[in-house]
Amino acid sequence: MKKEIMQGNAAIARGAWEAGVKVAAAYPGTPSSEILREFAENYPDIYAEWAPNEKVALEVASGAAIAGVRAMASMKHVGLNVAADPLMTLAYTGIKGGLVIVVADDPNVHSSQNEQDSRNWTRFGKVPMLEPGDGQECKDFTKIAYEISEQFDTPVLLRSETRVSHSDSPVVLEDRVEPKIVPGLDPKEAPKYVMVPMNVRVRRKFVEERMKKLEEYANTFKYNIMEINDTSVGVISSGVSYMYTKEVFPEWSYLKLGMVWPLPKKLITEFAKKVKKIVIVEELDPFFETEIKAMGIKIWHGKDVIPNMYELSPEIIEKALKGKKYKEPKIRVKPEDLPRRPPNLCAGCSHRPLFYALKKLGAFVFGDIGCYTLATAPPLQAIHTTICMGAGVGQAHGAMKALGKEWLGKVVAVLGDSTFLHGGVTPLMDIVYNKGNATTIILDNMITGMTGHQEHPGTGFTARQEPTHMIDYAELGKALGVKSIRHVDPYNIKETMDIIKEEMNKDEPSLIICKDSPCMLLRRAKPLERFKYPFYFVDNDKCRGCKMCLEINCPAISWKEGEGQTKDGHKRKGTAYINKDQCVGCEVCVQICKFEAIVPGTK
Amino acid sequence: MKNNEKTTNIFLSGVGGQGAILASNILGEVFLKAGYDVKKAEVHGMAQRGGDVTTHFRFGKKVYSPLIKYGDVDFLLSFELLEAMRYINWVKPEGKIIINKQQIYPPAVNLGLMKYPEDVEKTFKKFFKDNVWVVDGQGIARSLGNLQAANVVLVGAFSNFFPELKPEQFIDAIKGLLAPKLHDLNIKAFYEGRKAL
Repeated sequence: MKKEIMQGNAAIARGAWEAGVKVAAAYPGTPSSEILREFAENYPDIYAEWAPNEKVALEVASGAAIAGVRAMASMKHVGLNVAADPLMTLAYTGIKGGLVIVVADDPNVHSSQNEQDSRNWTRFGKVPMLEPGDGQECKDFTKIAYEISEQFDTPVLLRSETRVSHSDSPVVLEDRVEPKIVPGLDPKEAPKYVMVPMNVRVRRKFVEERMKKLEEYANTFKYNIMEINDTSVGVISSGVSYMYTKEVFPEWSYLKLGMVWPLPKKLITEFAKKVKKIVIVEELDPFFETEIKAMGIKIWHGKDVIPNMYELSPEIIEKALKGKKYKEPKIRVKPEDLPRRPPNLCAGCSHRPLFYALKKLGAFVFGDIGCYTLATAPPLQAIHTTICMGAGVGQAHGAMKALGKEWLGKVVAVLGDSTFLHGGVTPLMDIVYNKGNATTIILDNMITGMTGHQEHPGTGFTARQEPTHMIDYAELGKALGVKSIRHVDPYNIKETMDIIKEEMNKDEPSLIICKDSPCMLLRRAKPLERFKYPFYFVDNDKCRGCKMCLEINCPAISWKEGEGQTKDGHKRKGTAYINKDQCVGCEVCVQICKFEAIVPGTK
Repeated sequence: MKNNEKTTNIFLSGVGGQGAILASNILGEVFLKAGYDVKKAEVHGMAQRGGDVTTHFRFGKKVYSPLIKYGDVDFLLSFELLEAMRYINWVKPEGKIIINKQQIYPPAVNLGLMKYPEDVEKTFKKFFKDNVWVVDGQGIARSLGNLQAANVVLVGAFSNFFPELKPEQFIDAIKGLLAPKLHDLNIKAFYEGRKAL
């Protein structure tokens, strides 16, 4: 028996491989991204692709499933919003080969734009959902999800979350078993897959019958586990919430739901009879609680004490359930008195000069999802909306329609290369079609940056690192009908400001593309080669301590206090200091310094 | 915990890029091979962008929660002084603290808006007396010719707290996790760290 420590996401991928999955598609999103990466790097038996967005990923996976092979689509919680359209109808058509959709929630929004509870999709979409709580369960639940999918002719949702996807624990490895279904397509099955009203009504009824059968199945499902210990309190919980509660109250009885929908009503009723008081511990929404209360079962504690926002933890659960008996650990240092350490754009990042330019232009910046949201932090504070991928483009258009031509020159949309392809092409089409005049800037850093470097249709490589067609954004813009298309070198601040200003002032759609500005961490693009000098340093004879260079919030530049003066006698309260180990020589601060005090160094 | 056999809680903290994750991976391999159940949790996503990084590492007979309960840390293993201070309240009164003496300034300090805490070591000693060890991970790593090895120096120092484990068990884990060309350096870093306490 081989046992390995695995991350939850790696265990999901392993489970899919052992279950005989042949096709996997995903769009990256924390905390789900490693699932597809695992397929691409470690499982050559599985065709793995980065799709341009989650909707396409689910369509690819479901096409494979209709063709009779086992398939997986994986995404973060907000990704399922994008993929919801196919999901809601695939719930009716069902599949042939097993189809599992992994949705990874992010309670406490460690790296997301909202905090959704994806369990709501399962009730809404009328499909079953499983929820693992550690690595072994990630693997086991993924495997059984494929059995359920094929047995009940349904897509199955597998819900993970940050503390499951990004926790490591021991997992027992087994062999891959090829599925029994013979792959192929059969036109005679059209009534099952053509969702016109006549066929929909037939499948609509099937869906309701299927959910009833699934509820029966749930009552004996082997991962809905009753643990009867001290019967004074019985906890109903699932996933990592169960793990936290069991840690703090090991003596209580538990009903751990491996399948969160449909609920095993018979089993819940039976459990309620065995224990005196019921506690429901669940992260985010009162999903179980609402349903169980509707069954007429009395609850001792649920969301009256357990928070309905942010993530749970052992101490939050202990505090909630012990009330005044909870003993708070001693406060030795107030953490709020310490300087925070928020993430920052890397030294040399091309987003920094671009946002500095936008700030200097006084533009209102409709933003997007990616590293550039870091430009919201002081002192840059140069991004003014972040909603979802592609949103900024349509919003800039709407704002310009609302405000009229006197706002020309003051509004811009920015988004990344990957997010432009995800959701920015259609709103750009809209600007042209509806005679708008908004300006869109693509911050092309040649990779999906923030999620850890995933390929996309603009990078020239597939998920397996095979060279492939690379989208030309200017050609694409031209095909959409954009007439004014410009390239900028964001490292040249003056030129960048001039071009953006000119384009924002035009009464027509504009597209600006950042050129030759790869992510600093993307080694294959050799991002440092474009810089002339390896680093710069501050000439203390010249630095007047004006702090202008601090305005770009470069991690390599800091402030050194100390009264003094320049060589030519200007008094100062301190000087700027450049850490040469961090500086990459991007010359952005050099262009900002008015006293030529930042000078090149040699290594 | 009442009915469970004791689980040991190790909290690792540092700054993105310091190698705290490799350190926790080494611990994971060592304790799994030593026959324990292991769970560890970390937040990914923005760590490469210079943010703080924490890992909750737990081992024992059967471990449920991937997160350590606030106030229940047995060992605080920190790669940076400020990032040690940030989690001082997490440590049990009898907990042990191993700190790398490196300082990495966060933006508020760089911008001159806040002061970097100067008294980290003193503060820990005030509350934890003799249970505080400060290691010069960078200094030792520099003497070996590679600053990157500071994380394994810390692991070496930390290994002293588990006399039941042999150094070879750590070395095996290091070899399993790192490319062969890095073995010599990191094995030396481990032993130098082990001698440092």
